[in-house]
Amino acid sequence: MDALLQAFGLVFDPFVLGVIGVSALFGMFVGAMPGLTATMATALLVPVTFFMPPVPALGAIVTATAMAIFAGDIPGAMLRMPGTPASAAYADESYAMTQKGQLNLCMGVNLVFSVAGGMIGVAVLIAFAPLLAEVAINFSSYEYFWLACLGLTCAVFMSNADPVKGFLSLFFGLLLATVGIDPAAGFPRFTFDNVDLMGGVNFVATMIGMFAVSELMRGAVSLDQDAKVVVQAVGNIFKGVGGVFRRYWLNFLRGSAIGTAIGALPGAGADIAAWISYAMSKRFSKQPEKFGTGEVEGIVDATSANNSALASAWIPALVFGIPGDSITAIVIGVLYMKGMNPGPTVFQENPQLIYAVFLIFILANIIMLPLGWAAIKSARQILRAPRNMLLPVILLFCLVGSFAMTNSLYGVVLMLAMGILGWVMEEHGIPVAPLILGLVLGEMLEQTFVQSMIKADGHWLEFFSRPIAGTLGVVTLGIWLVMLGRGFRRGPVAAPA
Amino acid sequence: MPILTRRSLLAASGAALAMPALGQGNWPNRPIQLVVPWGAGGGTDATARIVGSLLERDLGQPVNVVNRTGGSGVVGHSAIATAAPDGYTIGMITVEITMMHWQGLTQLNPTSYTPLALMNSDPPGVQVKQDSPYQDIKALADAIKARPAGTFKASGTGQGGIWHLALVGWLQAMGLKGDHVRWVPSNGAAPAMQELAAGGVDIVTCSVPEARAMIDAGRAKSLAIMAPQRNPMFAQVPTLNETLGINYSVGAWRGIAAPKNLPAPIAQRYGAALKAAYDNPQFKEFMSSRGFGTVWQDAAGFASFMAEGDRAMGAAMRGAGLARG
Repeated sequence: MDALLQAFGLVFDPFVLGVIGVSALFGMFVGAMPGLTATMATALLVPVTFFMPPVPALGAIVTATAMAIFAGDIPGAMLRMPGTPASAAYADESYAMTQKGQLNLCMGVNLVFSVAGGMIGVAVLIAFAPLLAEVAINFSSYEYFWLACLGLTCAVFMSNADPVKGFLSLFFGLLLATVGIDPAAGFPRFTFDNVDLMGGVNFVATMIGMFAVSELMRGAVSLDQDAKVVVQAVGNIFKGVGGVFRRYWLNFLRGSAIGTAIGALPGAGADIAAWISYAMSKRFSKQPEKFGTGEVEGIVDATSANNSALASAWIPALVFGIPGDSITAIVIGVLYMKGMNPGPTVFQENPQLIYAVFLIFILANIIMLPLGWAAIKSARQILRAPRNMLLPVILLFCLVGSFAMTNSLYGVVLMLAMGILGWVMEEHGIPVAPLILGLVLGEMLEQTFVQSMIKADGHWLEFFSRPIAGTLGVVTLGIWLVMLGRGFRRGPVAAPA
Repeated sequence: MPILTRRSLLAASGAALAMPALGQGNWPNRPIQLVVPWGAGGGTDATARIVGSLLERDLGQPVNVVNRTGGSGVVGHSAIATAAPDGYTIGMITVEITMMHWQGLTQLNPTSYTPLALMNSDPPGVQVKQDSPYQDIKALADAIKARPAGTFKASGTGQGGIWHLALVGWLQAMGLKGDHVRWVPSNGAAPAMQELAAGGVDIVTCSVPEARAMIDAGRAKSLAIMAPQRNPMFAQVPTLNETLGINYSVGAWRGIAAPKNLPAPIAQRYGAALKAAYDNPQFKEFMSSRGFGTVWQDAAGFASFMAEGDRAMGAAMRGAGLARG
């Protein structure tokens, strides 16, 4: 109870509230700009959060990403260009509604269900993270080894790409994770006598490169092809939303549930949640033939799902240090930088910080309603922001952020190199998310494997000797068998969507 | 937090403009960087921050703590050693500087620096799970001796780290081989304590302040410390000497050093400022509230302390088969 009161004190501090307000505006803007993603918003916040205490730092990230995921819906409906990949699943549907003259309803539904879906995700985060932490305090290297395996499996399983390309990306990430001092024997690997490389490949600098710089390069290539923006005027967006809610409340609950579950899985975030819940909505709809013609039903599912996924991605990140999506992968880096090492112990040692994060999530979803309304009303101005001025500013933030992560030019060089690599990979349809997960989880995988083997004196059956470890192990091996079986039966699986 | 912001911005610009001082007469005339080879939130970081804030008041210039982590401390220690010896970059060096070069991780050793002052040293404790069958150090020591090698598993830091050597030294003092208790390398003391609480290892040899969170949570207990005297903060924990008659002590120390060839007047100015910081009740209070030990050695004393420690570590690591080359 004491911790909760402390958390209120931490959050309702003028500086923290100011940070939340500014990050909300920033998140709305980034989300509404096609090509700028919520992950990029987080990456751009790294240099700013570097100078803050933990609570405002995390508050900035929570608020900005929540706003960005909603704001991505705005250009989707108005221009048929999703503002973030999380809105891509239903951008066509939204635009079809706009063409039918239902822009107001479409925007209202997107805003209200984003807030409501976000709240469901937050409720699940608040209910389950501390419970899971209670269980996780008894996890040893065996359990963490299997969790790391499961996380890496999800990375390939959940990406929308060809599994071969997914594996390629994953294994390259694991290779990068072996650079530095080996966690078991303390011996330098792949360091070429370079002191910076002894510290390993910094994953936050890598992510800034892969998610921001590669996007900048794509943007720079298409700079002069900016579509002339024609945006309709928006009227009363809340009219008719109540009717939609009464009619489609089941869709709302289903979308939020799917979003929450997918968000909590490592490697899959809001974008995958939106795709899957949209597909589910169509599958179970009474009128699937109407999907794609400007029908609000699928939008309810998907827009609830992507916002709920955002909060639940924090569950594995806070409890196990395993990122639920690419945003929380950066969050884990920020947590380490603030001395709040993720894991079950943070719930015991700093419960007030965890509660503060929960409070900020609630607060962010509440202020999303008025700010989202304002963003919709001013969409015309936001979408006209000149990209040739925006891109250099973003690059500047990337440079400062990557410097801050290593306190040296090594981070900057690494970030730029990874930006080029990320661009090349995306151009060839190789997803970058598995690489990031491989890089983040590689050390955990290796360390827990070696620790477990030492503890077991080399008897590998010990990996199944503890009840939870055994269950996780059987589940992991089961998934691998199913994947292998499918691969043999059908040959290469076509990428969905 | 406007102050923090301004300070940190200065840190960034100071790092970018790190050039030799134009005139040493009016040193210091710009912000000073205090490099810490370990991460934010840890004991070394906390100690460096309190020392930095006290130096700042004395020297009249901002002292910015910069964490250069990674590579088991090699990255940060290199950053200190290779900086310009102009007095604007100093660092907190730790016991690892007397160990890493024996492991073949780096060429750096205590003579790669201008030592300024030793400020702190923490002895290791012997921690077990709260409901361990061994409720005192005697019972644990007897059980270790009675069982075959490899029965017990211990953790606390990486392979060849200071807490690993603490275990090896203790086992050797009991007449056992250094690997009689199997070492499980971990990513520092906190993950090792978590592994202990989860029942993954039997013993963790890390300093008592590092184990404190798990002890306070009622999940672990400290059976003894490897030091000449008890720690007043943890007065109920006995020393190895009073329980087992083993006079073995070792410690993880932290001190302030500058790059080699720091001009003597600047070194003397630092020496005076660090002594004042050490004697400041605020420093003493901060350190004792966290359970950190305070030790003082001036520049000359610190140099001979490190030289002695370096020799001892070399012998211990060779004995334990942890030295390379």
